[in-house]
Amino acid sequence: MLYSLLIAPFVEFDFMRRALIGLFALGLGAAPVGVFLMLRRMSLTGDAVAHAILPGVAVGFALAGFSVVAMTVGGLIAGFIVVVVSGIAARSTALNEDATLAAFYLVSLACGVMLVSARGSNVDLLHFLFGHVLALDDPSLLLIAMTNSLSLIVLALFYRPLVIDSVDPQFLSTLSRAGGVAHLVFLAVVVITTVGAIQALGTLLGVAAMILPAVAARFWTRDVNTMVLTAPLFGISANIIGLLVSYHGDSETGPAIVLTQGFAVFLSLMFGRAGGLVPRLLRPRHRVA
Amino acid sequence: MSDSALVFDDVTLGYDSHPVVHHLRGRVERGDCVAVTGPNGAGKSTLLKAINGLMTPLGGRIECGARARRDIAYLPQVAEIDRSFPLSVGDLVAAGAWRHCGIFSAINGTMEARVSQAIGDVGLTGFEQRAIGALSGGQLQRALFARVLVQDAAIILLDEPFTAIDNATTRDLMALIGRWRQEGRTVIAVLHDLDLVREHFPRTLLLARTAVAWGATGEVLTIDNLAAARHMIEAPDPHAPLCPVD
Repeated sequence: MLYSLLIAPFVEFDFMRRALIGLFALGLGAAPVGVFLMLRRMSLTGDAVAHAILPGVAVGFALAGFSVVAMTVGGLIAGFIVVVVSGIAARSTALNEDATLAAFYLVSLACGVMLVSARGSNVDLLHFLFGHVLALDDPSLLLIAMTNSLSLIVLALFYRPLVIDSVDPQFLSTLSRAGGVAHLVFLAVVVITTVGAIQALGTLLGVAAMILPAVAARFWTRDVNTMVLTAPLFGISANIIGLLVSYHGDSETGPAIVLTQGFAVFLSLMFGRAGGLVPRLLRPRHRVA
Repeated sequence: MSDSALVFDDVTLGYDSHPVVHHLRGRVERGDCVAVTGPNGAGKSTLLKAINGLMTPLGGRIECGARARRDIAYLPQVAEIDRSFPLSVGDLVAAGAWRHCGIFSAINGTMEARVSQAIGDVGLTGFEQRAIGALSGGQLQRALFARVLVQDAAIILLDEPFTAIDNATTRDLMALIGRWRQEGRTVIAVLHDLDLVREHFPRTLLLARTAVAWGATGEVLTIDNLAAARHMIEAPDPHAPLCPVD
């Protein structure tokens, strides 16, 4: 019973094994990035980057068809352009960064959908928007593994300035330029992680792999170090449970994964011991000191 | 020069060409303990920011002795701390080790000992694992003093460190300032409590855009000087003529 539920799908089908590996890597690498997106109040930035990448991927697709390399290069270029341009626009015009990003990503999304449908079919378009977890070929898997490894390593290297810059930017700016550097490095990490995530979950859902595990982890600990370690556990387990649910329920995989992550967020919000609703309502007995 | 921690060479500071600190000249000797006082809008916080390199003078310059800017510890008036960030008190204080550890080096045993020593010195032992969001205003200020302790800087700038802080905490933190003085560090503190200034700070700068008086505290804080400082006009005048001095 348990075997047929949890193990058999992976033994029987190659595409399930590939999905398992890809989703494991994604859960491991994307969740810590999401923790910092959330704590730096940049959740919208992650969203914007994912949408903005679409036209770049689409141009790669238009030029070279389904070539992972071409689409990735296109996506990276588009992602970096949007991050830099919106940063400059926010600094030198009256708009704040939030508004500029929103404007950019709406335009990019429309532009990307236009480009994809000009060259490909509706099925292609769905691939781009919602990913293709169950059809990961070698280059896609490799890309997911590489981007997530890279973001983990870079995040580990720049962890200290990133944390200090998030808590007390002025303090760090009086001591060194590392805060600004860390911010730019972090934006690059967001772009790279997103390029990997959209392989599995598409431009519309890819950001979920970063943000949702982070939000869930937020309700279990009040310490950033623990949070960065907890979030990937949520990410990996929700990804795999979602995959199995979609397999047995014969439903769309990407949405099933995101819904499972959403369920994890809901459970954490209800029962999390660091600010969850139920522990708050139960009013645990207090100590005398 | 070699004995001065800071030299203000005709320094003018301001926003949009309106001076907030106007042609300040003077020096702070190494090991001095200087209180900066004056009415609101007199340029006190601006002066500390400029010493720290957070703003560039409109005119003149601030010489920082032979020391690098990194050897300054600065506690701003309203710390821009995101208190909702899930960070422990221990990690906040350990950030003071930046000058020694930078981005990549590990915080070694000596540093760890210094961090827990500093937390003990400000009376926060037992709070190491507490999230900074769960601290009271006074406790956070103690933690920030601990971070300054860990920074081990030659020049320490404090901007109204005792605003909204109770007497006991003020006394404890004031004792730390006394200790820094004995250790030969240069302390510059913006303060409004003149009794505190008279009691603990040998030298005072009374600032009201220009230096109304600067010297031994007893000679600076006279009734005449304080009255003169109060008469400073705070609002910028858009039709003010250009300053003829430069």
